[in-house]
Amino acid sequence: MSHISDKYEAVIGLEVHAQLATHSKLFCGDATTFGAAPNTQVSPITLGHPGTLPKTNKKAVEYAIKMGLACNCEIEQYNYFARKNYFYPDLPKGYQVSQHTTPICKGGYVTIKTGEETRNVQLNRIHLEEDAGKSIHDIDDQFTCVDYNRAGVPLIEIVTEPDLHSADEAYQYVTEVRRLVRWLNVCDGNMEEGSLRCDANVSIRLKGETKLGTKVEVKNLNSIRNVKKAIEYEIERMIALVEAGGTVKQQTRSFDAGNDTTFAIRDKEEANDYRYFAEPDLAPFHLSDTLISGIRESLPALPVALLAKYQTELGLSEYDAAQLCAEKETAHYYNQVLQHTQLYKAAANFINGPVKQYLNENKLGFEQFTVSPTQLAALLQLVEDGKVNFSVASSRILPAMIAAPEQDALQIATDMNLLQVSDTSELEQWVNIALESMPDKVTEYKKGKKGLIGLFVGEVKKLSKGKADPKLVTTLIQEKLK
Amino acid sequence: MNGTTTCVEAVHYYLEQIEANRHLNAFVEVFSAEAVESARYLDNLRSREGMTGKLHGVVIGIKDVISFKGHKLSASSRILEGFTAIYNASAVQYLLDEGAIIIGRQNCDEFAMGSSNENSAYGNVLNAADTSRVPGGSSGGSAVAVQAGLCMVSLGSDTGGSVRQPADFCGILGLKPSYGRISRYGLIAYASSFDQIGIFGINVDDIARVLEVMSGADEFDSTVNDAPVPSAAALNKPDEGIYKLAYFKESLEHPGLDPEIKASFEAFVKRLTAEGHTVEAVDFELLDYVVPTYYILTTAEASSNLSRYDGVKFGHRSGTAGDDLSVFYKQNRSEGFGKEVKRRIMLGTFVLSAGYYDAYYTKAQQVRQLLSQKTQAIFSQYNAILSPTVPSPAFRFGEKSNDPIEMFLADIYTVFANLVGIPGISLPLFKHSNGMPFGMQVMTSQMDEVTLLRLSKRLMHVNGAE
Repeated sequence: MSHISDKYEAVIGLEVHAQLATHSKLFCGDATTFGAAPNTQVSPITLGHPGTLPKTNKKAVEYAIKMGLACNCEIEQYNYFARKNYFYPDLPKGYQVSQHTTPICKGGYVTIKTGEETRNVQLNRIHLEEDAGKSIHDIDDQFTCVDYNRAGVPLIEIVTEPDLHSADEAYQYVTEVRRLVRWLNVCDGNMEEGSLRCDANVSIRLKGETKLGTKVEVKNLNSIRNVKKAIEYEIERMIALVEAGGTVKQQTRSFDAGNDTTFAIRDKEEANDYRYFAEPDLAPFHLSDTLISGIRESLPALPVALLAKYQTELGLSEYDAAQLCAEKETAHYYNQVLQHTQLYKAAANFINGPVKQYLNENKLGFEQFTVSPTQLAALLQLVEDGKVNFSVASSRILPAMIAAPEQDALQIATDMNLLQVSDTSELEQWVNIALESMPDKVTEYKKGKKGLIGLFVGEVKKLSKGKADPKLVTTLIQEKLK
Repeated sequence: MNGTTTCVEAVHYYLEQIEANRHLNAFVEVFSAEAVESARYLDNLRSREGMTGKLHGVVIGIKDVISFKGHKLSASSRILEGFTAIYNASAVQYLLDEGAIIIGRQNCDEFAMGSSNENSAYGNVLNAADTSRVPGGSSGGSAVAVQAGLCMVSLGSDTGGSVRQPADFCGILGLKPSYGRISRYGLIAYASSFDQIGIFGINVDDIARVLEVMSGADEFDSTVNDAPVPSAAALNKPDEGIYKLAYFKESLEHPGLDPEIKASFEAFVKRLTAEGHTVEAVDFELLDYVVPTYYILTTAEASSNLSRYDGVKFGHRSGTAGDDLSVFYKQNRSEGFGKEVKRRIMLGTFVLSAGYYDAYYTKAQQVRQLLSQKTQAIFSQYNAILSPTVPSPAFRFGEKSNDPIEMFLADIYTVFANLVGIPGISLPLFKHSNGMPFGMQVMTSQMDEVTLLRLSKRLMHVNGAE
């Protein structure tokens, strides 16, 4: 079925701002704690008092390089900051210190997966800049209030080329960027608190056209869902507009999450001339090869690499591998467990299954999981050796280990009397009791209803409180009823 | 600065002098009680422990663009009316740590923009040598305070000559150190890549001692150079050296140069040659470009540096602004800034605007680059460059205030040092037939204040002044 929208192709570029998780601001020592009382993290430098000067936070530079290397960017070795000049009450100095012609990271890409397809979204740049303060319009009837705590917090702006073509791709891209910043510990990725913010540049053109259409910039997208909804709305709006004979105006628009629509906030003619020039208060800085290669070596294995490794080297399914790589903490824990066992699949199943379930139910993160990777590997070995079964391991032993992380798995299983019994004489007693309790079923079995074996094994399991090794029990029963 | 009187006596002396010279309008505020209290503390300290600080009891005035915690700071502008500094400039902190006494803040051109001190919200400063004449600017109050003996040393700031030019007009010494020599933290910015705190004094040794204390790396200013601090003790060694000196041929051929100043300069050169030094004219075909380049780049930076004075967080806020944000900004800034500051903000905004940027700002940056290369080449062959400090002696009030271009062109010999970051000093060597003093400028290569000050001492002796 052909649809009007099939005539058009959407072209989308995203600008993601990520607040860096440094303890102090980009150009001074003020704290960056989220949620502090208004204007308590403001030195004269943050407030732009006369005579104050910036001084670059090295950690922020390092974090920007980390993200750049993780996104396959080229790192600019000769760096300087630039002033972006405009007036706004939440901008204390009347200019924002940013980077203009020489971003610290150039080019690069982020790999995303949409459906079955994997592709690299091309980046234009990643640059460093300072955040502005926050204007608050709704706590006073008469005045706008400004909180400068956020002013000067380091940001990286990750800018794609116009290389995305659907709301879904944009959704995947932002998800991936959020995973990366969290993976690298450079940003907490919290969109609700504004640590991660996204602006979308959207345009449409007829399929086959190579020239870009007139773009609209949509601002204030404070969740990944909103990124998707805003782009969907914009594409539809533009197509309808063009189909009705209109033309798209270059505009800045804002997203209204209340009804999933966008509205214009200003036209191109009102655009600022930012009068960028090199920030004279900061000397240019050079990043040495040693510094960059040191940071490269310190990078953790990245999700894309781990995903491939888990599938090709460890033989995990794509689904299991993806589950493990969804968050850095999970993959990190899994990697540690692998140091102590070769039961790759069993470990993946156990972590993706009972462990995650426990953490989710208790709203905990992996960093709060008390069972050590060594202990978990030992528990998996007990299952593998038939000493406990999977269900006992997950429902009984795991909670006991969480409660007493200092004890080892075997000890707990023994103390709780949960080790499977493989002593045939003991098993035989349970088998006998079970078979004697249901003579009718035994007769039916003997007549050929072999499926009843499950019932007998189940009964033995019940009698043994789960300790009977089901494989042995099955063999025993089969022999007995021959 | 010889330590034979008590600090309290010294402070009282200067307070009396300030009182007796109120008409010069050099100080906008005198910290009388506080200065006496500091002096008493230092005298007690001295009786217990001796003179511990390098500047024990040195009475210093500071230009009203330098932040002194707990004191008003206004840049002689209405826009900072009522503003109190909440931290110490690094340079001020270093002075206090070595026992200096800050006696007051000094009048200047608004935001350090001007060459005559006629652009101050506090009114004109009068030249003590002839009160009908300007003291020069922008650090006019600081120069006159030293000229009239109202303090031992003054701190000014020099973006294009604002220390050397008033020193020339007032017959005292004025040093602009190398860019990056003294932390700018706490100095109100005019043009960040040009600004330096400068020092006024009546002899080279005083200046050297204050320079040593204020110099050096600072955790709050990453543009400070970490070269070794110039030691004042280096000046005590006898200097028998023969210097190789240059002057720009075009400087002396400049049509605006007063013939008497030219003649004095040439006569001085002859005497130096007679003493065995080499003094040679070098070609400097870029001279006509330095003033335009300077005004493009400094106004560009100033237009951005002065954006923070918007009435939102501090400073003047108009009573009639209303609800519209852009009206609010326009009212605050129109009422708060004076004419010259507005002129430079507009000029700077213009040269950075899309469409004009490359023709002005980019071009000027290229000229600045060329000037630096040319300067390095000269210093590979010469120890220092000499020139008149200003093309003409102190003029009368109102004489140039209606012609900004003529005012700008008076900076022709001084802006060069700021464009290329080298140190320069004006030495009070001459007297004009009209009775006014005038000086000679000496410049050395970047971070070579030691040569500059040693040579200055020699040159002062050539004229028998020191």
